[in-house]
Amino acid sequence: MKIHEYQGKQIFAKYGIPIPKGYPALTVDEAEAAAKKLIDETKSPVTVVKAQIHAGGRGKGGGVKVAKGGAAEARELASKILGMQLVTHQTGPAGQKVRRLYIEQGLEMVKELYLGAVLDRDRRRIAFMASTEGGMDIEHVAAHTPEKILTVHADPVTGLGAWQARELAFGLGLHTYSKETVGKFVKLAMALYELFVKEDCSLVEINPLVVLKNGDVMALDAKLNFDDNGEFRHKEWPSLVDKDEEDVVEMEAKDVGLNYVSLDGNVGCLVNGAGLAMATMDIIKHVGEKQGVAPANFLDVGGGANQEQVTKAFKMILRSSKVKAIFVNIFGGIMKCDVIAAGVVAAAKELGLKVPVVVRLEGTNVEMGRKILMESGLAIVAATNMMDGAEKIVAAVVGGAK
Amino acid sequence: MSVLVGKNTRLLVQGITGSAGGFHAKQCMEYGTNVVAGVTPGRGGEMFEGKVPVFNTVKEAVAKTEANATVIFVPPPGAADAILEAFDAGLELVVCITEGIPAIDMLRVRRVLDGLKGKTRLIGPNCPGIITPGECKIGIMPGPIHKPGNVGVVSRSGTLTYEAVGQLTHLGIGQSTCIGIGGDPVAGMDFVDCLELFQADPNTHGVIMIGEIGGGAEERGAEYIKAKMNKPVACFIAGTTAPPGKRMGHAGAIISGGKGTAAAKIEALLAAGCKIAPTPAHMAETLKGMMK
Repeated sequence: MKIHEYQGKQIFAKYGIPIPKGYPALTVDEAEAAAKKLIDETKSPVTVVKAQIHAGGRGKGGGVKVAKGGAAEARELASKILGMQLVTHQTGPAGQKVRRLYIEQGLEMVKELYLGAVLDRDRRRIAFMASTEGGMDIEHVAAHTPEKILTVHADPVTGLGAWQARELAFGLGLHTYSKETVGKFVKLAMALYELFVKEDCSLVEINPLVVLKNGDVMALDAKLNFDDNGEFRHKEWPSLVDKDEEDVVEMEAKDVGLNYVSLDGNVGCLVNGAGLAMATMDIIKHVGEKQGVAPANFLDVGGGANQEQVTKAFKMILRSSKVKAIFVNIFGGIMKCDVIAAGVVAAAKELGLKVPVVVRLEGTNVEMGRKILMESGLAIVAATNMMDGAEKIVAAVVGGAK
Repeated sequence: MSVLVGKNTRLLVQGITGSAGGFHAKQCMEYGTNVVAGVTPGRGGEMFEGKVPVFNTVKEAVAKTEANATVIFVPPPGAADAILEAFDAGLELVVCITEGIPAIDMLRVRRVLDGLKGKTRLIGPNCPGIITPGECKIGIMPGPIHKPGNVGVVSRSGTLTYEAVGQLTHLGIGQSTCIGIGGDPVAGMDFVDCLELFQADPNTHGVIMIGEIGGGAEERGAEYIKAKMNKPVACFIAGTTAPPGKRMGHAGAIISGGKGTAAAKIEALLAAGCKIAPTPAHMAETLKGMMK
């Protein structure tokens, strides 16, 4: 789960991580009021208007602008950014509409750094990465100058050691700015570790982390991703979701306990399990890529879905206009084939089948499942195995297009 | 012969009175698994299905029944705690089926597991479990698709394990042991741990290994195969056609440093002498071709 910069900074503040003063704004009027308030509070005319979307690279895309001329200029910039279709290297060519702004005090900095924390699955530790190349695309730094990224791994028992944070601080050359800068960075990094663990993060990035003229360090940006598995102990998470940033169908699926992935192709897929979802995509593309056949989406019903959830899942697939045919590929374990079959039949009877459906069932209660499909009277094509199913679904899409 | 589980396995079920735990405990018993005890805190003294005693703690269950393996169906909020309880009771094998355990919890579990230095093995979480066909089923896989024999299966994906087993059985090829190691980023046994056991098992003549994009576990498996294995290994990597960035966060890509893509995994496995199934429908055929 992703949240906005301003929400991330509110969490930073709770853990004592220094952030600039700032206020969120949903309208141009609110943006101007926020700028006025900041100018009053900071006695500086400089404010920054920042687009709040979940993708990175906002500055380069024109979503972050500095207003040096007071609240009126901030208002003018806000009117340009609010509502714009912001395109960055992470949004895709369509971009993302800007619906929220964050107005922040302008600061004079002497150095931009990068600090990130991420779950390192291979080391089974939280990795802290720091670089002097702040403000840049860190993937680019990692690819071209990996020696400029310093990494330490926190032990889950002892947490991030002050010695590890110091190793990063001296590695970044922070002792050259002021006597206190190293200590301030160590405090910030250790607070970040505490935040990462308590808030169930999977990634936190501060890019840039800046050194100010007086030697202070401050988080100028905040990117937080949460580990979805932690949701049961974070009652506040649902209130942090910005529905405008989420795929509507993915949200709807999540609400009924299903996992939905939206893709660009034309075959709707109902599967059980993430591995089978990916394998189904691989085999459809293997058979049909040359004819332009590829998955439009995946609905993973997982292991424990009931008939009602399967019905909802199938309806979601049926409703997508991209879908020219539907492939149901199930190898039942916990998920019983008869439950899948009954769910599919119920949804198809309710909404009608406007596109061909190929069903491949295997595993627990497979005979019962096949019987339900056969006796339903619906025009469902049965497949004997995954390859047969892939061939039939490709034929269905290609045949339907003629 | 087989690996990890067989006729001598005495199974404990943590969360036996829950709906999933109860359903699958029954299924395992019907398959022939020797289920000797259940644990649900507060339900000690009850009998499950009229024959399996339920205890309040794992320690008590082990002391009274000499259970040597456990399977965990405890929901996510208490699952990591249940694993740690099983570690402390000294069980040799802990299989955690639970899906949805926070990664932060699993980091701590894994740290404790590493400290046990191999005394206890953990399979999962978020996995289908382990089965030695005809002898012992621990988990949620459909029993009837399996057939006793000489091929080991190890997989990060539950349903793809069934897929491989289904294909093998269809070709008349039986399995020694099938292990679903689960798809979570932080887990117990990895490919190398399982491959070591299959290499050492005289009853395993070949292996199907099923990986997926993300992480570096497949690459480490390839290194082991190259250095230590003389048995044929057929592989499939799910997600070759996955659009980049759809699943992986970008700071994760920094850590992996080029590892994690299907292409990198396939290259490492081919260099180790493995064959790659061209589609998920060809896993068993690919291994069959290597075993002639």
